[in-house]
Parts: sequence; structure tokens; C-alpha cells
Amino acid sequence: MGGADSIEQLTNQEYKYGFVTEVEEDSVPPGLNEEIIRTISAKKHEPEFMLEWRLRAYRHWQTMPEPHWANVHYPPIDYQKIVYYSGPKGKGLRPRSLDEVDPEIIRTYEKLGIPLREQEALAGVAVDAVFDSVSVATTFKEKLAKLGIIFCSFSEAVQEHPELVRKYLGSVVPYTDNFFAALNSAVFSDGSFCYVPKGVRCPMELSTYFRINAQDTGQFERTLIIADEGSYVSYLEGCTAPIRDANQLHAAVVELVALDNAQIKYSTVQNWYPGDKEGKGGIYNFVTKRGKCLGVNSKISWTQLETGSAITWKYPSCLLMGDNSVGEFYSVAVTNNYQQADTGTKMIHIGRNTKSTIVSKGISAGHGQNSYRGLVKILKGAAGARNYSECDSLLIGDKCGAHTFPYLEVRNATAQVEHEATTSKIGEDQIFYCRQRGISTEDAVSMIVNGFCKEVFRELPMEFAVEAQKLLSISLEGSVG
Amino acid sequence: MLKIKNLYARVGEREILRGIDLEVKAGEVHAIMGPNGSGKSTLAQVLAGRDVYKVTEGEVRFEGENLLELNPETRAAAGIFLAFQYPVEIPGVSNMYFLRAALNNLRRQRGLPELDAMDFLELVQQKMQALEMSESLLNRAVNVGFSGGEKKRNEIFQLALLEPKLAILDETDSGLDIDALKTVADGVNSLRSRDRSFIVVTHYQRLLNYIIPDFVHVMYKGRIVRSGDKSLALQLEQKGYAEMDDAVVSELV
Repeated sequence: MGGADSIEQLTNQEYKYGFVTEVEEDSVPPGLNEEIIRTISAKKHEPEFMLEWRLRAYRHWQTMPEPHWANVHYPPIDYQKIVYYSGPKGKGLRPRSLDEVDPEIIRTYEKLGIPLREQEALAGVAVDAVFDSVSVATTFKEKLAKLGIIFCSFSEAVQEHPELVRKYLGSVVPYTDNFFAALNSAVFSDGSFCYVPKGVRCPMELSTYFRINAQDTGQFERTLIIADEGSYVSYLEGCTAPIRDANQLHAAVVELVALDNAQIKYSTVQNWYPGDKEGKGGIYNFVTKRGKCLGVNSKISWTQLETGSAITWKYPSCLLMGDNSVGEFYSVAVTNNYQQADTGTKMIHIGRNTKSTIVSKGISAGHGQNSYRGLVKILKGAAGARNYSECDSLLIGDKCGAHTFPYLEVRNATAQVEHEATTSKIGEDQIFYCRQRGISTEDAVSMIVNGFCKEVFRELPMEFAVEAQKLLSISLEGSVG
Repeated sequence: MLKIKNLYARVGEREILRGIDLEVKAGEVHAIMGPNGSGKSTLAQVLAGRDVYKVTEGEVRFEGENLLELNPETRAAAGIFLAFQYPVEIPGVSNMYFLRAALNNLRRQRGLPELDAMDFLELVQQKMQALEMSESLLNRAVNVGFSGGEKKRNEIFQLALLEPKLAILDETDSGLDIDALKTVADGVNSLRSRDRSFIVVTHYQRLLNYIIPDFVHVMYKGRIVRSGDKSLALQLEQKGYAEMDDAVVSELV
């Protein structure tokens, strides 16, 4: 009963968010065709331009093959078996107040530790809750509105701020971008929308909490955040789903736009159901996230902790267009049991003196496969551009894998690019050393893993950092071997 | 305090300990000497509970308890400390954090209240002075980038902090220059007490000039072949293990 054995026992805790909520769902039949898209658009009372945009995206999607270049493996997805819209049955278009929200749903979020009642809500965090395809509640709306900040569900933004939606939707991730972005553009049902006006520093963390509940449903949400000149916003995203035997598809799109001197900080704690120990079930998380530093001196930071999903395939990226703009990517991706992750970032330097930093930490345990894939591209005009990349991998046990695929394209001779990569393993000798000093195997692993992730965790907002550490130790429990 | 009876242990198919008998009473210092490969370090690791080694026969009692049934962290809580021959590096974890986690884990297992950051810092500073350790080592990752001497000093520092009943020093003198050796020995000597025992594993008698043992045992091919007082160590120094070898072989035959 020493190091070697107990390392093997260390990541087998059950997924604790795997319950199902009993609510009446309003769904469309499975399958995808123009009729379904018209139905979704009609259900949401969308203006003509939205329907047109969806249909164009759909027609384009039909011409695209599903991509297979990522280092992940899964059986073919039958897109005609997926339900593209599902939401809790409500009275009107959307609930006007929390009293109109099905109490079952409020209880669901309470179980997940997300209080929707404002008086109980975490001080300083405004929450938009998305249940299957529909946003069910947004807190602190009035308080934010006083500062001119718009924070609402995407459907609501389409109704009430169509000019902003029309101007920016697809401006960072066009529907022609890739297969899953095209699919999302055709069928996306809801998500969050945020606009921070000129010179306003958003006083609280904005947060969207995504929950997939219904079976055989795909979740296709869309997030659009616009930070106007000189503004600042910090945004958090959390995700969970019930335990289901069948795989479910999650193909979201996130677009960020930062104008002159604006700053957006986007943090994700992704904990979709990862599948069971044999690799059955779990979410396919195929997401396109991109930020555009449109203005001078603008800054976009992505911080992510990816512990869930059967397959994660995402590259939160930055287009550094404005001179002196800054892009950052801090990531911890964990794969345990049979999880697969192919994640990283793209930093496209277009403006002069643009800077980017990439810190990626991959942790593999069990049979997990973890790939970092990153592109740093410095265009001709990006004089004085600088990039620093660091990719570290930590292996727990001997059946997992870590892979690094850095791509580098430099077209300007004044650019400076640095890349560092390391791979380490939690060794039996480290565990024994800790145990000899009285520290249990679990605590030792958690201590070593947290030490490994420190650089990324300190980028997370305080409330999230604590949550992230807990989540990390849960996802790795039983993995040490 | 510690009673080892007829202990056999192996790694894979290779038998390394072949019938060890040893008794250590409270307050005693026992030196274990022997040539390379005689099983000294294996004995140290088996006592600390490393599961790479399988015990196939024999018994070890620590304060009456069957030590072999306990996992390494429980042995640590019971009061066994091993100063490693090769202290392990743990990147990303600060020495300070590691030590506090260790101390508080032991205190919890022993039913004592945990120390908060302030009390811990005070305790640490007090112990560091005695060992002439630089405070900057506390903020660095555990053993990462430490020199050989710093690593060994860090082990003795942990010993001072964790206050075990039985401390096993595994070749603590290897890789130390004479000044470092003296500091480490002073540290150990200051920790000697009526109810704390030491097993000092060493290849050379040099360390025993500074840490004077009550008993000296010589290990050879997995057994203790000679026991005596500190004069045995001096004899060995003069004659070397080679002659010892012949003597032992003739005795065994």
C-alpha cells in the first residue's frame, strides 16, 4: 500500500453534477433542414436579417466537410439525429422575472452552487443562466443598466439591440470560418450578450452558466462581448451537464471585440460531463472562441480550465489588429480516463508592436490524451511584434499521452518569438517523499498539480481560482498510478 | 523503541535484506556501515515504507506496533523520519508550503491543532538559525536548484521541524564538504535527546567523528555481520571493507 499502488487509485471520483432536472421541454424534432431553422427563428420572434443570416450559414455549412485534423478520435456524428432546439416550456418568449422561471430550474442552479436570486448571489458577480438552448435568468441587470452596460441573453439582444447585433455578429467568427462555426450560426439558440460603453469599467464579474439538460440535444450557444473605447470587463463562463450514456454535441461560438484602449478578460471553467471510466458518454466540446483587438492599445486575455468533456477541441484566439494591442492565453487542460483534448490558441499579429503571451499547462492521467496546438502568426506589417509561448505537460501514470504542435509563421524580421516546452511526470519518488513527510498521496498529487498550474490560476478571478483548484483535485482523484 | 527481527526484503526477484536483527532503544544512536550494495539504504527505505521493496519475512515493531502494516504517512505520524540520500525535487511547490503541509498533516494525525501561517513562520525562523540555512531556500521550490549541501541541510532542517521519535539518516554525509558536514552534524547533535533515537547510515566513518554513535553495526550482503561500539568504526576505517570481507567470509564459512 505505497506510492505506486495509490498513485493508480487517485482519479475515480464520480461526476457530481450529473443529475437530470424534470422540466417540461419545448423541443423541435431531431434533424436539420431549412424548416427547422425557420422554426427556431420563429420561436424566437427574430427579425428578418437574423433568419437570412442563419439560412446563409446553413447553406454554406452544407458545402463543408467535417474537419478531422485534430488529434482526437470519435465515431461519426449523425447530424440528422440531433435535436437543435430545446428549452424549458415557459409562458411567453422569456421570463420577465425570476418568479416566472420554473422553480425546478432555479433549484437546479442552486444545486450547482449558482444562486440566481440576486440577494443571495455572490457579491459582485452578475449571472446569466442558460438552460439547454434558452437563457432563463440574468441577474443584476438594472444595476448594470445604470452604467449603460448591456448584459442580457442573446435572444433579448436581438430584440432590443438589433443594431449592435447586426454590426458585430459574425465580425470576428464569420459563418464561413469553419464547419462547427457554420453549424452554430445556422442553429444557435441563445447565449449571452454584453456591451460595455465608452470609458466604463464594469464593476462586477459578469458570468454565464451553461447547463445542458435534455437528452440527444446539441447545445449551440453564442456569446458576443463588445468593449467600447477605454472600457474594461471581466467575464466568466461555467458549464456542466447530466450523466448520459450517449455523446452530446456542444458547438458554441464566442466573439469578443475590444475597441481602442479597451480590455476584456474572459475566463472559463469548463466541466461538461466527461464520460464514464470506460469512456462511454460525455460531451463533445467543439468550440470556436476568438477575440479581435480592433483598437489601439486594446487587450484580450483568455484564461481557461478545461476539466470536463469527452473531447475538447478549442483554440481561443486573438486577432491583434490595433497597434500595441495585447493578446494572452492561459490554459490548464486536464484529461483523465479516456478524455481527449486538442486545445491551444492562435495569436495573429497584424498591428505594430503587438504582444502575445501563451502559457499552456496540459495534465494527462489515466488513458487521457492531451494535445497543445498553437499558431503564432506574425504578418508583414506587424513590426516589433513579440510573442512568448510556454507549453508544459504533466503526466500522471504511464498510459496517458501529451503532444505539442506549435506552428510559427513569421513574416516580419523585427519580430521576436520565444517558445519553451517541458514535459514532466509525477514520479513515485515524489509521492513517496511527500508521504514520508506525512502528506497523503491525494494531497501530494493535488499539491504538485496545483504547483504546476499556479501561473494560470493566478490569472483567474479570486472566486474562480478557489473553485478551479477544487475542481482540479476532483477531476484527478483516483488518477495517480 | 524499534525491534527488527529476521527481516527479509526484495526488489523483484533480487533479495537484498537477508535476515536483519536490530534493536534500538529510546535515546540511542546506531550507526550502520557497510560497503556499497550491502543493503543499508534498502533497510532505511523499508523502515519508511517504500513499496518498491517487498518484505518477505520477519517483523518490525515500533513502540510495540507492527510497523509493516502501516502506510508511509502513518509511519511518519507515528514518529519515523527518513532523511533521504537523494532528496527529491518537487517543481512548483514552495519549500515553505510543503513544510507547513507536512507539519500540519502530522499534527492533525497526532491530534494537535494546526499552526497558522504566522506561528509557522516563527517556528521556522527559530529552527533555521540553528542550521545556518538561508531564508531564501524557503521560497524556492522543494529541492529544485538546491546544491548538494543545501539539499542535505534541508533534510536536517525538516528533521528539526517535524521532531520525530526515530530519525533515519541515509548517507547524509555523502556529497558534503567538511564545513557543511560539521553544520549538519551540529544540527543532529542538538536534536539528540533521551527520547529521540537515530539510525545513521553511512559509508564512511568520517561523519561518526562528529555524531558519536552508541553502537556501530556492519552490514554485509543483507545481514548485520558485526556489532560493537564506536571503536568498530575506527577499525573499519583502518582496515577497510575488503579485509572485513575476508574476515566475514571466514566467519560465515
